[in-house]
Amino acid sequence: MADDRKIYFDHQATTPVDYRVLEAMIPYFSERFGNPSSHIHKEGVRANQALDFARERVAELVNAKSEEIIFTSCATESNNLAVRGFLKANAKKGRHIIISEIEHYSILNLAMKLKQEGYDVTTIKVDRRGLIDPQAVSGAIRDDTAMISINLANSEIGTIQPIKEIAAIARERGIFMHTDGAIAVGNIPVDVESLGVDALTMSAHNYYGPKGVAALYVRKGNAISPLFEGGFQEYGLRSGTENMPGIVGMGAASALALDEMPARIEHLTKLGKMLWKGLEEEIEYINFTGHPEKRLPGHVSFWIKYIEGESLLLMLNIKGVMAASGSACSSNLRGEDEEDLAASHVLTAIGVPVEFCSGSLTISMGKDNTEEEVLYLLDIMPEVVEKLLMMSPLYADKLRGKDPYSL
Amino acid sequence: MTEKAFPYSDKVMDHFMNPRNMGEITDANAIGDVGNPACGDMMRLYLKIEDDKIVDAKFKTFGCGAAIATSSMLTELLKGISLEEARAISNKAVAEALDGLPAVKIHCSVMAEEALAAALKDYENRGGGNGSN
Repeated sequence: MADDRKIYFDHQATTPVDYRVLEAMIPYFSERFGNPSSHIHKEGVRANQALDFARERVAELVNAKSEEIIFTSCATESNNLAVRGFLKANAKKGRHIIISEIEHYSILNLAMKLKQEGYDVTTIKVDRRGLIDPQAVSGAIRDDTAMISINLANSEIGTIQPIKEIAAIARERGIFMHTDGAIAVGNIPVDVESLGVDALTMSAHNYYGPKGVAALYVRKGNAISPLFEGGFQEYGLRSGTENMPGIVGMGAASALALDEMPARIEHLTKLGKMLWKGLEEEIEYINFTGHPEKRLPGHVSFWIKYIEGESLLLMLNIKGVMAASGSACSSNLRGEDEEDLAASHVLTAIGVPVEFCSGSLTISMGKDNTEEEVLYLLDIMPEVVEKLLMMSPLYADKLRGKDPYSL
Repeated sequence: MTEKAFPYSDKVMDHFMNPRNMGEITDANAIGDVGNPACGDMMRLYLKIEDDKIVDAKFKTFGCGAAIATSSMLTELLKGISLEEARAISNKAVAEALDGLPAVKIHCSVMAEEALAAALKDYENRGGGNGSN
């Protein structure tokens, strides 16, 4: 039924594990299986060494110190540890936090929970390109503001936030600044010193490392509390036996990312521009989302008037292209009811009318995508879009001179 | 475990890729227009009814894969049947004819049922069945 072609354009969702990363991980399953807590025997010592080495490599990627890196199981855990962990350890610093309206669910839903627990949450709005105005953050700061958590880059629209400016404001006011860098770290240069953040979430599977492992950077001198009780692993901030193959993989992926980043960015910027320009030329009713320049390399997002996102996605999938949709309908096909089909909060935040949100598409390319693949997508898009336009009663109305959206 | 490439049944995929009866009937005497773009899907059903029998059915749909497939299946079920038989078609029947839909997509089959009801109402409003057509 499907085209045999397999073009993966959904790197914001996850990336494949680089074979060099996998190779580094393999010995840590059966051969070097030791527990780093077994300090005394050979396997334990080796595991400890591997843990230290991986931590150094991850730290190096973001210009942090080794002891400022805590390994976790996923970016969601890192975000929870940063926010809840800080609030728990710094109860006297106030009960007000600042986030943005385009955060990941792990921050949005946590903020909702914190509200129920009596915290005050200010949600900063973004402009039509998805950018946060640092002055809006500054204006939201109160005497009882404990922390600020704002994402570094948004997965759906690709916009990169002015974290450096926001962090400078936070520092001046003595407020803890966390940024969720889950889809940014490893893909664009992220330097905790030049950004001036106090905490940073990192996710291995977003830069060719394995799933099931992530990290949180916490600047030295800041106290945080663990999310749950246990032993002394990860400085007592994240107890539980370490996921050694995963951690080693994250270390290897970090080293590769640091090494290859300039070349990857150059390649992806080229592919991104090529796709953007091509789509702009050939698709009449296209509207790009996110910021045209301040965006992740190789990330192109848009919506097309009169057609719906999931059907577009499904048709591309049939033709061998895998992308993502912020469509109301495809967001959670495994959900239990229609409640799971709410329109994307990111798209409504940037002012895309709800009726158009259902037509949105996110193409996120990776280091191994090629120009040929971009050309193939550009080749099939007009035909796919035309097919859906022909099916659309909205387009039929439009052709009759009736604006279907005026209802 | 057989690997699946799509989130829907083969039948849904077939009707999505090769929708039956897609288009408009210029001399339709019953039109059902339901949903709106803000809800994420919209279906317009065209029927040509003669002597209490549906002689032709076509559709245009804005919506996800399931919405397009249910529209296509509905028109297939409607063609050639009597109005009485048409009134008995439920959303469940459409979903079953497609070998089922994911739980979150049941509303698409409800939309098909509503489009049918709206078209039959439209036919009545136009004085259908009283010889005026």
